[in-house]
Amino acid sequence: MSAILSRSIKTKPSAARTTATEARMAALSPGASSGWSVPAREAALARVQSMGLPQPRDEYWRFTKPQGLVQAEAPQAALFDPQEAPTFDQIDRVKIVFVDGVFSAEDSDPLELAGVSIERLAEATSDIHWAKDLYGVLEERGQDPVERPLAALNTWAATDGVLIRVSGKAEKPVSLIYRHESETSDVMLHHVIKLEEGAELTLLENGPAAARFNKVMEVEVADEARFHHVRTQGRDHERRAATHIFARLGRESLFKSFTLTANGVMTRNEAVIELTGDDAMAHVAGACMGDGREFHHDDTVFVTHDALNCESRQVFKKVLRNGATGVFQGKILVKEGAQKTDGYQISQSLLLDGDSTFLAKPELEIYADDVACSHGSTSGAIDEEAIFYLRSRGVDAETAQDLMTIAFLAEALDEIEDETLREALLERLTAWLERRRG
Amino acid sequence: MRKGKNMLEIKNLHVKLEEEDKQILKGVDLKVEAGKVHAIMGPNGSGKSTLSYVLAGREGYEVTEGEATLLGEDLLDMDPEERAALGVFLAFQYPVEIPGVGNMTFLRTAVNAQRKARGEEEMSSTEFLKVVREKAKALKIDAEMLKRPVNVGFSGGEKKRNEILQMAMLEPKLCILDETDSGLDVDAMKLVSEGVNALRDEGRGFLVITHYQRLLDHIKPDVVHIMADGRIIKTGGPELALEVEQNGYADLLAEVQ
Ligand SMILES: Nc1ncnc2c1ncn2[C@@H]1O[C@H](COP(=O)(O)OP(=O)(O)OP(=O)(O)O)[C@@H](O)[C@H]1O
Ligand SMILES: [Mg+2]
Repeated sequence: MSAILSRSIKTKPSAARTTATEARMAALSPGASSGWSVPAREAALARVQSMGLPQPRDEYWRFTKPQGLVQAEAPQAALFDPQEAPTFDQIDRVKIVFVDGVFSAEDSDPLELAGVSIERLAEATSDIHWAKDLYGVLEERGQDPVERPLAALNTWAATDGVLIRVSGKAEKPVSLIYRHESETSDVMLHHVIKLEEGAELTLLENGPAAARFNKVMEVEVADEARFHHVRTQGRDHERRAATHIFARLGRESLFKSFTLTANGVMTRNEAVIELTGDDAMAHVAGACMGDGREFHHDDTVFVTHDALNCESRQVFKKVLRNGATGVFQGKILVKEGAQKTDGYQISQSLLLDGDSTFLAKPELEIYADDVACSHGSTSGAIDEEAIFYLRSRGVDAETAQDLMTIAFLAEALDEIEDETLREALLERLTAWLERRRG
Repeated sequence: MRKGKNMLEIKNLHVKLEEEDKQILKGVDLKVEAGKVHAIMGPNGSGKSTLSYVLAGREGYEVTEGEATLLGEDLLDMDPEERAALGVFLAFQYPVEIPGVGNMTFLRTAVNAQRKARGEEEMSSTEFLKVVREKAKALKIDAEMLKRPVNVGFSGGEKKRNEILQMAMLEPKLCILDETDSGLDVDAMKLVSEGVNALRDEGRGFLVITHYQRLLDHIKPDVVHIMADGRIIKTGGPELALEVEQNGYADLLAEVQ
């Protein structure tokens, strides 16, 4: 069924949904009043109004309560001092800093990198801009067959973000740093990244960003281009985040995204990836550590194969304790004619106690006959035999558990191609666990 | 440590399973002196592994009576890691595989954890590497095996050699070997025995659980115990093992009945 048709027969949002949506929208305004993005923002506004924001009974939100993400005011989030150097500190990169969503020129590097043009969304106010072909465009494509109203809301109201256009091989990563300094900040950023044919870029993201963070990133990876994305989401215990990545991949292109999450009361990370050129590859992975009853982390991934001989891979691992909840919703859709598709999906959780919960909904939908797709989801307790073995060698119980935790998550971290970045995150993980042990 | 002083002392040890009402050890008395090698033989299911697990601190057992001390300290009250730091080492009958944890990381974490627990200086990574390489070489454990996750994909014999490598690195006071000879080929048996013999000294005691005289040809025991139905039913010299080898347990079991 086409997007147009499915939407035209859609019933109007319920009164409750409309009221909630209007309440949220009343606290916002369009992110720009002039320039190239205005039509896209207006179209997004119409989308939000017709869809309405997520409600507790929505099928796509069955495992995650949308309340804190959609309510009019951001729930307060205390600041947290992790007492350690921020992630990626050792990495040579172009730093772009947002403090509670506000660009900080003082903390940022000049937005200059050979072969790469970097601009701020808030400053790109001309009537004509390359980003016009992508801003809200990939997001809108991603609304079918499943609606993602928070992303449309973002397209309408985002106040800033970066527009990155890559024409060559970037010699160092671009690094988005999100600092959180206000307990009530409610932030919407929207990034557009365009990798031209054969271009290459690594994008880093880190930091808690805000009390509530809504972020959209649209990425176009043209033929033979390569995009690497590595992020850590900041450790502020009370922060909330709803993030979306929309990616479209051309022929023989590569898209890789990895996310490390620890803490945060609420995280919903959606990745919507479309393989539209033959022989393209998309890998999405995540490692997450959840501690405590308040902790809720949701990875929602939708990969569409619409070309020949493409490969996609989803690897998500979660370690949950003290009543934490982890969610994985992952889908591989193989369209008619997308022969020789190689689709792989695994989601696993390690439950350190009986209080914690892992909810998974892995899905395959296949309309081509010559494909290899596999998916698996497991959830298990820690191996007590292994713990005893470690302890019998003198390793204390907590360290033994941490070693097992790292071992479990390492398989997801292995998805990071760059060894320096992988090591940096592994070290980070180890340090977090050590600090937690005290 | 003065030779002959009691290293391990087990008195009237009764152990049952925590989960079921099943008594496994029914009054074990055993003393292992520093500098000595004690062998334990006995029919399948007589409680040899259970004894070794209880000494190492595995969960799932309940001590209903008796005591066990190492160097005068009450073992049964301690966590497994405390026992290890005090000097208990168990070479497992079935070494455990730990996917994702590198053998090297595992060894270094263990060595340094014990040093830290004893208030000693941690081993630097260069020193550690040097020592591991040396000891691994003696056991014919190649560098590639050290890089792999703990015991994952190791053959039966490789796992046993890996146990002895850990023992060599940790330099424990009491070495309990639970059927370390099973699964070893003739050459590996020699290597492992050499590894054990290299550790034999005045300050260290051994408890070697085995079914076969063959291992005891290489690791010459000072004392041999026969365990049956949760008790030590006979204690003697090396000749006792030869007797078992030739006649089996029937006569010995008949004697006590
Ligand atoms: N966790 C357990 N659950 C049930 N039975 C157990 C458990 N552990 C030990 N047992 C039983 O206790 C008895 C002693 O077992 P143990 O493994 O100590 O024997 P063993 O002397 O080491 O035998 P083998 O020579 O075959 O290794 C056996 O009957 C065994 O089945
Ligand atoms: Mg046994």
